Amino acid sequence: MKKIDTRGLSCPEPVIRVSRAVKELTTGEQAEILVEAGAASENVLRAIRSLGCDADTVEHDDGFRITVKK
Amino acid sequence: MGIHNKKNRSATTFFFASRLGIICAGSVIGLIACILALLGNPANMGVCVACFIRDIAGSLGLHRAGAVQYLRPEIPSFVLGSCLAALLSGEFRARGGSSPILRFVLGAFAMIGALVFLGCPWRALLRLAGGDLNAVTGLLGLASGIGIGVWFLKNGYTLGRSHTLKKPAGFTGPIIMLCLLIAALTTPSFLLASSNGPGSAHCPLLISICAGLLIGWVAQRSRFCTMGAFRDLFIMRDWHLMTGVIAFCSMVLVFNIANGTFTGGFAAQSVAHSNQIWNILGMVLAGLAFVLGGGCPGRQMFLIGEGDSDSFVFFLGMLTGAALAHNFLLASKPDSIQAGIVTMGGPGLNGMVAVGLGLIVCILIGFSMRERLT
Repeated sequence: MKKIDTRGLSCPEPVIRVSRAVKELTTGEQAEILVEAGAASENVLRAIRSLGCDADTVEHDDGFRITVKK
Repeated sequence: MGIHNKKNRSATTFFFASRLGIICAGSVIGLIACILALLGNPANMGVCVACFIRDIAGSLGLHRAGAVQYLRPEIPSFVLGSCLAALLSGEFRARGGSSPILRFVLGAFAMIGALVFLGCPWRALLRLAGGDLNAVTGLLGLASGIGIGVWFLKNGYTLGRSHTLKKPAGFTGPIIMLCLLIAALTTPSFLLASSNGPGSAHCPLLISICAGLLIGWVAQRSRFCTMGAFRDLFIMRDWHLMTGVIAFCSMVLVFNIANGTFTGGFAAQSVAHSNQIWNILGMVLAGLAFVLGGGCPGRQMFLIGEGDSDSFVFFLGMLTGAALAHNFLLASKPDSIQAGIVTMGGPGLNGMVAVGLGLIVCILIGFSMRERLT
Protein backbone atom coordinates (compact mmCIF):
# COMPACT_ATOMS: atom_id res chain seq x y z
CA MET A 1 0.00 0.00 0.00
CA LYS A 2 1.31 3.43 -0.93
CA LYS A 3 1.92 5.65 2.11
CA ILE A 4 1.97 9.44 2.02
CA ASP A 5 2.86 11.45 5.12
CA THR A 6 1.75 15.07 4.70
CA ARG A 7 2.13 16.09 8.33
CA GLY A 8 4.02 19.36 8.82
CA LEU A 9 3.84 20.39 5.17
CA SER A 10 2.63 23.88 4.29
CA CYS A 11 -0.52 24.45 2.30
CA PRO A 12 -0.98 23.31 -0.50
CA GLU A 13 1.77 20.68 -0.47
CA PRO A 14 -0.47 18.03 1.16
CA VAL A 15 -3.02 18.39 -1.65
CA ILE A 16 -0.35 18.30 -4.34
CA ARG A 17 1.30 15.16 -2.98
CA VAL A 18 -1.98 13.37 -2.36
CA SER A 19 -3.38 14.31 -5.78
CA ARG A 20 -0.26 13.05 -7.50
CA ALA A 21 -0.25 9.80 -5.52
CA VAL A 22 -3.96 9.11 -6.03
CA LYS A 23 -3.72 9.73 -9.78
CA GLU A 24 -0.93 7.13 -9.93
CA LEU A 25 -2.98 4.44 -8.18
CA THR A 26 -4.17 1.56 -10.30
CA THR A 27 -7.77 0.35 -10.01
CA GLY A 28 -8.27 -1.45 -6.71
CA GLU A 29 -5.00 -0.18 -5.27
CA GLN A 30 -5.06 1.62 -1.92
CA ALA A 31 -3.09 4.47 -0.42
CA GLU A 32 -2.71 5.49 3.19
CA ILE A 33 -2.42 9.19 3.91
CA LEU A 34 -1.39 10.79 7.19
CA VAL A 35 -2.64 14.36 7.47
CA GLU A 36 -2.94 16.96 10.20
CA ALA A 37 -6.32 18.03 11.53
CA GLY A 38 -7.79 21.30 10.35
CA ALA A 39 -7.42 22.93 6.96
CA ALA A 40 -5.01 20.29 5.63
CA SER A 41 -7.41 17.40 6.21
CA GLU A 42 -10.34 19.34 4.72
CA ASN A 43 -8.31 20.25 1.63
CA VAL A 44 -7.03 16.70 1.16
CA LEU A 45 -10.51 15.20 1.46
CA ARG A 46 -11.83 17.72 -1.04
CA ALA A 47 -9.03 16.77 -3.45
CA ILE A 48 -9.76 13.05 -3.03
CA ARG A 49 -13.45 13.72 -3.66
CA SER A 50 -12.63 15.72 -6.81
CA LEU A 51 -10.66 12.72 -8.11
CA GLY A 52 -13.70 10.50 -7.69
CA CYS A 53 -12.24 8.21 -5.01
CA ASP A 54 -13.59 6.85 -1.76
CA ALA A 55 -11.87 7.50 1.54
CA ASP A 56 -12.12 6.13 5.04
CA THR A 57 -10.89 8.40 7.82
CA VAL A 58 -9.84 7.60 11.37
CA GLU A 59 -8.09 9.64 14.04
CA HIS A 60 -4.33 9.20 14.25
CA ASP A 61 -2.11 11.06 16.73
CA ASP A 62 -3.07 14.72 16.30
CA GLY A 63 -4.52 14.23 12.86
CA PHE A 64 -6.06 11.58 10.66
CA ARG A 65 -5.20 8.44 8.74
CA ILE A 66 -7.09 8.41 5.46
CA THR A 67 -7.28 5.22 3.43
CA VAL A 68 -8.04 5.89 -0.21
CA LYS A 69 -9.17 3.22 -2.63
CA LYS A 70 -9.38 3.80 -6.35
CA MET B 1 -16.97 10.26 3.14
CA GLY B 2 -16.01 12.73 5.79
CA ILE B 3 -14.39 13.13 9.13
CA HIS B 4 -16.35 11.25 11.76
CA ASN B 5 -14.73 11.79 15.10
CA LYS B 6 -14.60 14.05 18.14
CA LYS B 7 -12.06 16.45 16.70
CA ASN B 8 -14.09 17.86 13.85
CA ARG B 9 -17.64 17.16 14.88
CA SER B 10 -18.49 20.78 15.81
CA ALA B 11 -21.32 22.36 13.88
CA THR B 12 -19.25 25.40 12.96
CA THR B 13 -16.54 23.20 11.46
CA PHE B 14 -19.00 21.39 9.22
CA PHE B 15 -20.78 24.64 8.36
CA PHE B 16 -17.66 26.56 7.32
CA ALA B 17 -16.37 23.60 5.33
CA SER B 18 -19.56 23.72 3.26
CA ARG B 19 -20.18 25.86 0.21
CA LEU B 20 -22.75 27.92 2.11
CA GLY B 21 -20.28 28.40 4.92
CA ILE B 22 -17.51 29.84 2.78
CA ILE B 23 -20.01 32.08 1.00
CA CYS B 24 -21.19 33.42 4.36
CA ALA B 25 -17.58 33.89 5.47
CA GLY B 26 -16.65 35.84 2.33
CA SER B 27 -19.79 37.94 2.59
CA VAL B 28 -19.26 38.76 6.26
CA ILE B 29 -15.62 39.72 5.73
CA GLY B 30 -16.54 41.85 2.71
CA LEU B 31 -19.32 43.60 4.61
CA ILE B 32 -17.06 44.34 7.56
CA ALA B 33 -14.41 45.75 5.21
CA CYS B 34 -17.00 48.09 3.70
CA ILE B 35 -18.23 49.23 7.10
CA LEU B 36 -14.67 49.93 8.23
CA ALA B 37 -14.13 52.14 5.16
CA LEU B 38 -17.44 53.87 5.80
CA LEU B 39 -16.53 54.58 9.42
CA GLY B 40 -13.11 56.03 8.79
CA ASN B 41 -10.59 53.69 7.15
CA PRO B 42 -9.36 54.94 3.76
CA ALA B 43 -11.60 54.41 0.74
CA ASN B 44 -11.17 51.00 -0.89
CA MET B 45 -8.99 50.12 2.11
CA GLY B 46 -11.40 48.93 4.74
CA VAL B 47 -9.02 46.05 5.18
CA CYS B 48 -5.57 45.86 3.64
CA VAL B 49 -3.18 43.57 5.46
CA ALA B 50 -0.10 44.88 3.63
CA CYS B 51 -0.97 48.55 4.07
CA PHE B 52 -1.93 48.03 7.71
CA ILE B 53 1.32 46.24 8.53
CA ARG B 54 3.08 49.12 6.79
CA ASP B 55 1.20 51.58 8.98
CA ILE B 56 2.15 49.58 12.09
CA ALA B 57 5.81 49.68 10.99
CA GLY B 58 5.45 53.45 10.80
CA SER B 59 3.84 53.75 14.22
CA LEU B 60 6.73 51.79 15.74
CA GLY B 61 9.21 54.14 14.09
CA LEU B 62 10.59 51.50 11.73
CA HIS B 63 10.07 54.01 8.94
CA ARG B 64 9.49 57.77 8.93
CA ALA B 65 6.98 58.26 6.12
CA GLY B 66 4.73 60.64 8.00
CA ALA B 67 1.58 59.93 6.00
CA VAL B 68 1.45 56.21 6.87
CA GLN B 69 1.98 55.82 10.57
CA TYR B 70 -0.76 54.31 12.72
CA LEU B 71 -0.93 51.22 14.89
CA ARG B 72 -3.79 49.58 13.02
CA PRO B 73 -5.65 47.49 15.64
CA GLU B 74 -7.17 45.31 12.93
CA ILE B 75 -3.95 43.30 12.46
CA PRO B 76 -3.47 42.18 16.07
CA SER B 77 -7.23 41.66 16.30
CA PHE B 78 -7.15 39.28 13.31
CA VAL B 79 -4.54 37.22 15.11
CA LEU B 80 -6.34 37.23 18.44
CA GLY B 81 -9.73 36.44 16.88
CA SER B 82 -8.15 33.54 15.07
CA CYS B 83 -6.37 32.44 18.25
CA LEU B 84 -9.63 32.38 20.16
CA ALA B 85 -11.31 30.38 17.42
CA ALA B 86 -8.42 27.92 17.27
CA LEU B 87 -8.31 27.45 21.04
CA LEU B 88 -12.06 26.90 21.29
CA SER B 89 -12.06 24.38 18.45
CA GLY B 90 -8.96 22.52 19.58
CA GLU B 91 -6.99 23.53 16.49
CA PHE B 92 -4.31 25.55 18.25
CA ARG B 93 -1.00 23.77 17.80
CA ALA B 94 2.39 25.31 18.43
CA ARG B 95 4.51 24.54 15.40
CA GLY B 96 7.40 25.89 13.39
CA GLY B 97 10.84 25.25 12.02
CA SER B 98 10.04 25.17 8.32
CA SER B 99 12.81 27.29 6.76
CA PRO B 100 11.99 30.40 8.82
CA ILE B 101 14.73 32.56 7.28
CA LEU B 102 13.37 31.96 3.79
CA ARG B 103 9.86 32.80 5.00
CA PHE B 104 11.26 36.07 6.39
CA VAL B 105 12.78 36.92 3.01
CA LEU B 106 9.60 35.95 1.16
CA GLY B 107 7.54 38.09 3.53
CA ALA B 108 9.78 41.09 2.89
CA PHE B 109 9.56 40.78 -0.88
CA ALA B 110 5.83 40.08 -0.77
CA MET B 111 5.38 43.37 1.08
CA ILE B 112 7.63 45.25 -1.36
CA GLY B 113 5.62 43.90 -4.30
CA ALA B 114 2.36 44.82 -2.60
CA LEU B 115 3.56 48.35 -1.85
CA VAL B 116 4.56 48.85 -5.48
CA PHE B 117 0.99 47.95 -6.43
CA LEU B 118 -0.32 49.77 -3.32
CA GLY B 119 -2.31 46.92 -1.84
CA CYS B 120 -2.42 43.29 -0.81
CA PRO B 121 -4.66 40.70 -2.54
CA TRP B 122 -7.52 41.65 -0.21
CA ARG B 123 -7.20 45.30 -1.13
CA ALA B 124 -6.94 44.45 -4.81
CA LEU B 125 -10.36 42.86 -4.57
CA LEU B 126 -11.74 45.78 -2.57
CA ARG B 127 -10.40 48.21 -5.14
CA LEU B 128 -11.90 46.22 -7.99
CA ALA B 129 -15.29 46.11 -6.32
CA GLY B 130 -14.99 49.83 -5.63
CA GLY B 131 -14.56 50.61 -9.32
CA ASP B 132 -10.78 51.07 -9.33
CA LEU B 133 -10.01 49.43 -12.67
CA ASN B 134 -6.26 49.50 -11.96
CA ALA B 135 -7.05 46.49 -9.79
CA VAL B 136 -7.76 44.50 -12.96
CA THR B 137 -4.13 44.68 -14.01
CA GLY B 138 -3.08 44.11 -10.43
CA LEU B 139 -5.15 40.95 -10.25
CA LEU B 140 -3.78 39.78 -13.59
CA GLY B 141 -0.32 40.22 -12.14
CA LEU B 142 -1.38 38.41 -8.96
CA ALA B 143 -2.78 35.48 -10.94
CA SER B 144 0.45 35.30 -12.94
CA GLY B 145 2.57 35.28 -9.81
CA ILE B 146 0.38 32.59 -8.31
CA GLY B 147 0.66 30.59 -11.52
CA ILE B 148 4.44 30.70 -11.36
CA GLY B 149 4.31 29.68 -7.71
CA VAL B 150 1.97 26.80 -8.51
CA TRP B 151 4.42 25.59 -11.17
CA PHE B 152 7.14 25.45 -8.53
CA LEU B 153 4.80 23.63 -6.13
CA LYS B 154 3.88 21.03 -8.75
CA ASN B 155 7.58 20.50 -9.41
CA GLY B 156 8.52 19.69 -5.87
CA TYR B 157 8.99 23.07 -4.18
CA THR B 158 8.83 22.79 -0.41
CA LEU B 159 10.08 24.77 2.56
CA GLY B 160 10.20 21.55 4.52
CA ARG B 161 8.10 20.22 7.34
CA SER B 162 7.22 22.18 10.43
CA HIS B 163 7.40 20.42 13.75
CA THR B 164 5.36 20.52 16.88
CA LEU B 165 6.92 22.93 19.35
CA LYS B 166 6.35 23.59 23.01
CA LYS B 167 3.35 25.82 23.68
CA PRO B 168 5.31 29.04 24.48
CA ALA B 169 6.68 29.06 20.94
CA GLY B 170 3.16 29.01 19.52
CA PHE B 171 1.79 31.60 21.91
CA THR B 172 4.61 34.09 21.37
CA GLY B 173 3.06 35.55 18.20
CA PRO B 174 -0.41 36.05 19.70
CA ILE B 175 1.09 37.50 22.88
CA ILE B 176 3.14 40.02 20.90
CA MET B 177 0.00 40.92 19.00
CA LEU B 178 -1.83 41.37 22.30
CA CYS B 179 0.91 43.75 23.39
CA LEU B 180 0.44 45.71 20.15
CA LEU B 181 -3.28 45.87 20.81
CA ILE B 182 -2.71 47.14 24.34
CA ALA B 183 -0.37 49.77 22.89
CA ALA B 184 -3.08 50.77 20.41
CA LEU B 185 -5.53 51.17 23.28
CA THR B 186 -3.22 53.06 25.63
CA THR B 187 -1.39 55.13 22.96
CA PRO B 188 1.94 55.61 24.71
CA SER B 189 3.85 58.69 23.63
CA PHE B 190 6.55 56.78 21.76
CA LEU B 191 4.06 55.57 19.15
CA LEU B 192 3.93 57.69 16.02
CA ALA B 193 0.63 58.62 14.39
CA SER B 194 -0.04 60.43 11.14
CA SER B 195 -1.86 63.73 11.23
CA ASN B 196 -2.58 63.60 7.51
CA GLY B 197 -2.60 61.09 4.68
CA PRO B 198 -3.88 57.50 4.74
CA GLY B 199 -2.41 56.88 8.18
CA SER B 200 -4.70 59.49 9.69
CA ALA B 201 -7.81 57.87 8.24
CA HIS B 202 -9.06 55.24 10.65
CA CYS B 203 -12.15 53.91 12.35
CA PRO B 204 -12.92 54.39 15.99
CA LEU B 205 -10.63 52.05 17.87
CA LEU B 206 -13.19 49.74 19.46
CA ILE B 207 -15.00 49.25 16.17
CA SER B 208 -11.73 48.29 14.48
CA ILE B 209 -10.93 45.85 17.26
CA CYS B 210 -14.34 44.18 17.23
CA ALA B 211 -14.28 43.98 13.43
CA GLY B 212 -10.79 42.48 13.46
CA LEU B 213 -11.69 39.90 16.09
CA LEU B 214 -14.76 38.84 14.13
CA ILE B 215 -12.85 38.60 10.85
CA GLY B 216 -10.12 36.61 12.59
CA TRP B 217 -12.64 34.17 14.03
CA VAL B 218 -14.60 33.73 10.79
CA ALA B 219 -11.49 33.42 8.64
CA GLN B 220 -9.87 30.85 10.92
CA ARG B 221 -12.96 28.67 10.96
CA SER B 222 -13.57 29.00 7.21
CA ARG B 223 -9.86 28.89 6.08
CA PHE B 224 -10.59 32.00 3.97
CA CYS B 225 -7.55 32.69 1.77
CA THR B 226 -7.49 34.79 -1.40
CA MET B 227 -4.29 33.16 -2.62
CA GLY B 228 -5.63 29.73 -1.85
CA ALA B 229 -8.69 30.50 -3.95
CA PHE B 230 -6.64 31.09 -7.10
CA ARG B 231 -4.19 28.35 -6.23
CA ASP B 232 -6.81 25.64 -5.67
CA LEU B 233 -8.43 26.60 -8.95
CA PHE B 234 -5.11 26.23 -10.79
CA ILE B 235 -4.07 23.01 -9.06
CA MET B 236 -7.27 20.99 -8.80
CA ARG B 237 -10.02 23.04 -10.44
CA ASP B 238 -11.60 23.39 -6.99
CA TRP B 239 -13.95 26.33 -6.57
CA HIS B 240 -14.51 26.13 -2.81
CA LEU B 241 -12.28 29.00 -1.67
CA MET B 242 -12.90 30.98 -4.87
CA THR B 243 -16.61 30.89 -4.06
CA GLY B 244 -15.79 32.70 -0.84
CA VAL B 245 -13.72 35.28 -2.71
CA ILE B 246 -16.53 35.84 -5.20
CA ALA B 247 -18.95 36.30 -2.30
CA PHE B 248 -16.51 38.81 -0.75
CA CYS B 249 -16.30 40.82 -3.99
CA SER B 250 -20.02 40.65 -4.63
CA MET B 251 -20.85 41.97 -1.17
CA VAL B 252 -18.38 44.83 -1.55
CA LEU B 253 -19.64 45.69 -5.05
CA VAL B 254 -23.28 45.77 -3.94
CA PHE B 255 -22.38 47.86 -0.88
CA ASN B 256 -20.39 50.37 -2.91
CA ILE B 257 -23.14 50.77 -5.50
CA ALA B 258 -25.82 51.15 -2.82
CA ASN B 259 -23.66 53.59 -0.88
CA GLY B 260 -22.68 55.65 -3.91
CA THR B 261 -18.97 54.92 -3.38
CA PHE B 262 -18.42 53.02 -6.63
CA THR B 263 -16.06 55.17 -8.72
CA GLY B 264 -15.34 53.49 -12.05
CA GLY B 265 -12.07 54.48 -13.70
CA PHE B 266 -8.30 54.31 -13.78
CA ALA B 267 -6.85 57.70 -12.96
CA ALA B 268 -6.52 59.18 -9.49
CA GLN B 269 -8.33 56.42 -7.61
CA SER B 270 -7.98 56.46 -3.83
CA VAL B 271 -4.41 55.55 -2.79
CA ALA B 272 -3.70 53.94 -6.15
CA HIS B 273 -1.74 54.58 -9.29
CA SER B 274 -2.42 53.92 -12.94
CA ASN B 275 1.08 52.82 -13.94
CA GLN B 276 -0.15 49.48 -15.21
CA ILE B 277 3.24 47.84 -15.91
CA TRP B 278 4.16 48.25 -12.26
CA ASN B 279 0.71 47.30 -11.04
CA ILE B 280 1.26 44.02 -12.85
CA LEU B 281 4.90 43.47 -11.89
CA GLY B 282 4.37 44.45 -8.27
CA MET B 283 1.62 41.91 -7.92
CA VAL B 284 3.53 39.22 -9.83
CA LEU B 285 6.16 39.54 -7.12
CA ALA B 286 3.60 39.65 -4.33
CA GLY B 287 1.63 36.70 -5.70
CA LEU B 288 4.72 34.58 -6.20
CA ALA B 289 6.11 35.37 -2.76
CA PHE B 290 2.78 34.71 -1.03
CA VAL B 291 2.40 31.33 -2.74
CA LEU B 292 5.98 30.31 -1.96
CA GLY B 293 5.39 31.48 1.61
CA GLY B 294 2.23 29.43 2.06
CA GLY B 295 -0.67 31.85 1.84
CA CYS B 296 -2.06 35.34 1.49
CA PRO B 297 -1.12 37.91 4.14
CA GLY B 298 -4.48 37.57 5.83
CA ARG B 299 -4.10 33.79 6.03
CA GLN B 300 -0.64 34.26 7.55
CA MET B 301 -2.22 36.34 10.35
CA PHE B 302 -4.83 33.68 11.01
CA LEU B 303 -2.14 30.98 11.08
CA ILE B 304 -0.24 32.99 13.71
CA GLY B 305 -3.36 32.75 15.80
CA GLU B 306 -3.31 28.96 15.37
CA GLY B 307 0.20 28.81 16.85
CA ASP B 308 2.21 28.77 13.63
CA SER B 309 5.49 30.48 14.44
CA ASP B 310 6.66 30.26 10.80
CA SER B 311 3.78 32.54 9.84
CA PHE B 312 4.89 34.97 12.53
CA VAL B 313 8.33 35.01 10.94
CA PHE B 314 6.65 35.75 7.60
CA PHE B 315 4.85 38.65 9.32
CA LEU B 316 8.19 39.94 10.64
CA GLY B 317 9.49 39.78 7.08
CA MET B 318 6.51 41.82 5.92
CA LEU B 319 7.09 44.36 8.70
CA THR B 320 10.74 44.65 7.65
CA GLY B 321 9.80 44.89 3.98
CA ALA B 322 7.46 47.76 4.80
CA ALA B 323 10.21 49.57 6.67
CA LEU B 324 12.65 49.04 3.80
CA ALA B 325 10.02 50.15 1.29
CA HIS B 326 9.59 53.52 2.91
CA ASN B 327 13.14 54.07 4.12
CA PHE B 328 14.63 53.31 0.75
CA LEU B 329 11.82 54.83 -1.34
CA LEU B 330 10.71 51.52 -2.84
CA ALA B 331 6.96 52.06 -2.44
CA SER B 332 4.91 53.60 -5.21
CA LYS B 333 3.40 57.05 -5.14
CA PRO B 334 -0.31 57.25 -5.92
CA ASP B 335 -1.66 59.27 -8.82
CA SER B 336 -2.11 62.92 -7.97
CA ILE B 337 -4.25 65.72 -9.33
CA GLN B 338 -3.06 69.29 -9.42
CA ALA B 339 -4.95 72.06 -11.18
CA GLY B 340 -7.09 69.41 -12.83
CA ILE B 341 -4.11 67.60 -14.33
CA VAL B 342 -3.53 63.98 -13.36
CA THR B 343 0.07 62.96 -12.74
CA MET B 344 0.56 59.23 -12.96
CA GLY B 345 2.12 57.68 -9.89
CA GLY B 346 4.07 54.46 -9.58
CA PRO B 347 7.45 53.39 -8.22
CA GLY B 348 10.70 55.27 -8.59
CA LEU B 349 13.88 53.63 -9.79
CA ASN B 350 14.55 52.11 -6.37
CA GLY B 351 11.17 50.38 -6.37
CA MET B 352 11.65 49.05 -9.87
CA VAL B 353 15.05 47.60 -8.96
CA ALA B 354 13.59 46.10 -5.79
CA VAL B 355 10.83 44.34 -7.72
CA GLY B 356 13.36 42.97 -10.20
CA LEU B 357 15.59 41.78 -7.39
CA GLY B 358 12.63 40.27 -5.58
CA LEU B 359 11.54 38.31 -8.63
CA ILE B 360 15.06 36.94 -9.08
CA VAL B 361 15.32 35.97 -5.41
CA CYS B 362 11.89 34.30 -5.38
CA ILE B 363 12.66 32.35 -8.54
CA LEU B 364 15.99 31.24 -7.07
CA ILE B 365 14.18 30.11 -3.92
CA GLY B 366 11.61 28.34 -6.03
CA PHE B 367 14.22 26.40 -8.00
CA SER B 368 16.59 25.66 -5.14
CA MET B 369 13.98 24.45 -2.64
CA ARG B 370 12.67 21.57 -4.70
CA GLU B 371 12.74 17.94 -3.76
CA ARG B 372 11.92 14.96 -5.93
CA LEU B 373 8.33 13.87 -5.35
CA THR B 374 8.16 10.08 -5.00
